[in-house]
Amino acid sequence: MSAAQGRLNDFVVKIATANGTGSASANGLLLKAFFRMGIPVVGKNYFPSNIQGMPTWYEIRVTRDGFTARSGEVDLMIAMNAETYAQDVKEVAPGGYLVYDATWPRQKTLSRPDITVIGIPLAQMVNDSFANARVRILMKNMAYVGALAALVNIEMDVIRGLIEEMFAGKPKLIPANMQAIELGYNWVKENIASPLPLRVERLDKTKGHIMIDGNTAAGLGCVYAGATVGAWYPITPSTSLMDAYKSFCAKLRTDKETGEKRYIIVQGEDELSSAGITLGAGWTGARAFTTTSGPGISLMSELVGLAYYSEVPMVLFDIQRVGPSTGMPTRTQQGDLQICAYASHGDTKHVCLYPADPRECFEMAVNAFDLAERLQTPVFVVSDLDVGMNDWMVPDLTWDDSYRPDRGKVLSDAELEKITKFSRYLDVDGDGIPYRTLPGCHPKGANFNRGAGHNKWGGRTELSDEYQDVMDRLLVKWRTASTLVPKPEIIKAASGTNWGILTVGSCDGACKEALARLADKGIGVDYLRVKGFPFSAEVEAFLASHERVFVVEQNRDAQLRGMLLNETDVEKAKMTSVLNYDGMPMDHRTIVRAIEDAVAKEAAA
Amino acid sequence: MTYIRKPNIAYKGRATNTLGLTEASYEGAMSTLCAGCGHDSITAAMTRAFFELGIPPNRAVKVSGIGCSSKTTAYFLSQSHGYNTVHGRMPSITTGASAANSELHYVGVSGDGDTLSIGLGQFAHAIRRNLNMLYVIENNGVYGLTKGQFSASASFGAKTKKGEVNTNPPIDPIKTALAMGASFIARSFSGDKNHLVPLIKAGLRHRGFALIDVISPCVSFNDHEDSSMSYKYAYAHLHTAADLIEDKETITAEYDEGSVLPVTMHDGSVIHLKKTDPDYDPTDRARAFDYVMRHQEKGEIVTGLLYIDDSRDDMHGLNKTVAAPLTTYDYEKLCPGSEALASLQKRYR
Repeated sequence: MSAAQGRLNDFVVKIATANGTGSASANGLLLKAFFRMGIPVVGKNYFPSNIQGMPTWYEIRVTRDGFTARSGEVDLMIAMNAETYAQDVKEVAPGGYLVYDATWPRQKTLSRPDITVIGIPLAQMVNDSFANARVRILMKNMAYVGALAALVNIEMDVIRGLIEEMFAGKPKLIPANMQAIELGYNWVKENIASPLPLRVERLDKTKGHIMIDGNTAAGLGCVYAGATVGAWYPITPSTSLMDAYKSFCAKLRTDKETGEKRYIIVQGEDELSSAGITLGAGWTGARAFTTTSGPGISLMSELVGLAYYSEVPMVLFDIQRVGPSTGMPTRTQQGDLQICAYASHGDTKHVCLYPADPRECFEMAVNAFDLAERLQTPVFVVSDLDVGMNDWMVPDLTWDDSYRPDRGKVLSDAELEKITKFSRYLDVDGDGIPYRTLPGCHPKGANFNRGAGHNKWGGRTELSDEYQDVMDRLLVKWRTASTLVPKPEIIKAASGTNWGILTVGSCDGACKEALARLADKGIGVDYLRVKGFPFSAEVEAFLASHERVFVVEQNRDAQLRGMLLNETDVEKAKMTSVLNYDGMPMDHRTIVRAIEDAVAKEAAA
Repeated sequence: MTYIRKPNIAYKGRATNTLGLTEASYEGAMSTLCAGCGHDSITAAMTRAFFELGIPPNRAVKVSGIGCSSKTTAYFLSQSHGYNTVHGRMPSITTGASAANSELHYVGVSGDGDTLSIGLGQFAHAIRRNLNMLYVIENNGVYGLTKGQFSASASFGAKTKKGEVNTNPPIDPIKTALAMGASFIARSFSGDKNHLVPLIKAGLRHRGFALIDVISPCVSFNDHEDSSMSYKYAYAHLHTAADLIEDKETITAEYDEGSVLPVTMHDGSVIHLKKTDPDYDPTDRARAFDYVMRHQEKGEIVTGLLYIDDSRDDMHGLNKTVAAPLTTYDYEKLCPGSEALASLQKRYR
């Protein structure tokens, strides 16, 4: 029996095209078709840093068990790009299928004894039915949608429903698109024994869920958090976050009659400026944020240091991509963990939140503003391209209408009226968090803020003890922060174990799948996913209570492990790194392999 | 000596402004700059201008970068919020502050290094946004705090005290601002407070980006014989193109009709410009550029209100932001609520 057999509602389809050919909407349509049939799906876009003509892939994992990571294997390849045939053929798992456009003679590269190759004359059928050149390109995409529907048994009614929604604004286009879909569908029905063993059947597992990407969810979170100032400089893969904020605000924060906006977005001239704008707005009392990626963080570091030392709230979204330098802008990585945690010169460290999926992007966006204002400091939401730009199935976003923002210790005019003298950096409450005032407030609250050395009263100083006093108080605040950041997610293995996996952010899905696979093999491992920095007491306790900890992360230098060494009492030898840094999202196989190897070594010892 | 407080003495009979405050309410900490520094005169002019305009001190906000000039924001308006930030980034921080609260009076103080070298990009883009602020450059042609290196405004062939010759051409903030499209451009001299105060006042009233480049000699590093930024050189080469006249009575009494140009501000008030040269038109950008350049070629420093257009939208106008400052909006008016969240998720199914 081939690997593809018995794979009902559990397989991976990968579509290889050239970018700029309009395949994104066809691929999105397929993803949603599975979702609407009640089957959990994962959508991953592997795209080039280019606008037109370069190879691009879209991978859809149909997963009845609801796993959220990529599988690491491909069962059905739709190879629409001759340029990548060789690579695409190689990627198909033994027993899998490859569909190609048989309008042109089959190339030698398109053969492998252990897979089934299906040629469909897609271009020819489309060219016979449509005259316009651009329309032909678009309709060829729809034709492969139809072919796939027949091959894996997607319900045509679902597809028709999606097409009608897609073209609700241009209903004239519906018949043509359906015609193209039927061309592919009918050809398969007439020529191939279908559906393939690799197929779907309706389930009921997507109710109460949405398909959304993390950047959209984070942008929405900023709206709900009450953020009014967004400053940014366009950079992949963060751009869609500010785009989302902008489009939600256009609908939800714009006066319908006057067109007046209850928000402002400033596109800075660079990331230095964007960070400065965010900081200035935070200082004046707005909830302000910036969106960027690694190269932007490098530039913003200067302003982040100023915000840290002069104690001004600001929220920064870092949608990580592959570094160093320009790196691979459209591939994913967790290479900014340390630069975000310790950005800027001198003794600085920053509160970070690590969303693992789009729902957490939404929630942590709100949380980030609360923490930034409570702690009067920069807060990073450290997301990545995989979470930010890919389509994830997550439970519906919910909102508690009783939520009110935590604006932190801001003295009102009435409070200022009552006090004799305001001092900006006094630790009145013993939590390391001073009181602040906003520009424009009661004259008693006037304050001269500075990045230069200052004492606890807010005055300029070059006196050693006065300087050190403030630096030490910032550490008290840091300890307070560790009690306020979200607590880690912890999962105990069914049976007692002193082995654990410790991870962060988008590794979550792969780790949880690995836990399930390992459990199937009788290997129980505990799990902890860090959700915030500074590390809370639970992280320290997990490290202390396990003999061996596999630290799973997506960078070369084991940055999370380095931070754990730096910030906790863990012994170095206890931690084994499991790393993935090739730019593709983490899959469970890498983790399972590492742990199985360790088990084998232990048995041999 | 910022820790040394100025004595708070209430002199009897001291003039008060429309708010009933004396000028002392607009002063700041003691200056720590060198004795005779031009910047201190600018500080005094700032104090006077805010006092005369009757702006409540707590409605003003001072922002600066790094350098001798940037230190001065501590030396005036001690009842206002101030932010002495990092080198060259004052414009972006002011942009953010103004984005959040459009109602306050923002004054940025910068130097020639802070503006024309490390901060040239931010300077240019604050102009592009027509950010509603007063931007004052205290321009002395040298880096003072690091002991006398040339800045980008030093003229070609200028010599340092040690005899080093500047081999790079200068970047002129006036011509730069004209080219970038600034809506209010003026130049003054720190040695002439009577000239500077009306310009600061007009700049504060202007809606949009108001630049005042103030030649402000550095007595420690750039006031010697071979300097083109010394007191001596400035006094010998100043050329006033268009001055502001404050008092309406004076206008009728002393000036010919043709030489006075009334300019209507966005709030309906009128300022009056006395044109030294009848051909000069400070509402014509191309001619202003030409005029400044021709006089520069003769080694002259053109001063006065050189260009003004008070009719343009500022950053918020261009954005169509609501009139009230964003910081004053209640959370209830910003959060769409749970029902909206449920309904907008339909498209993600």
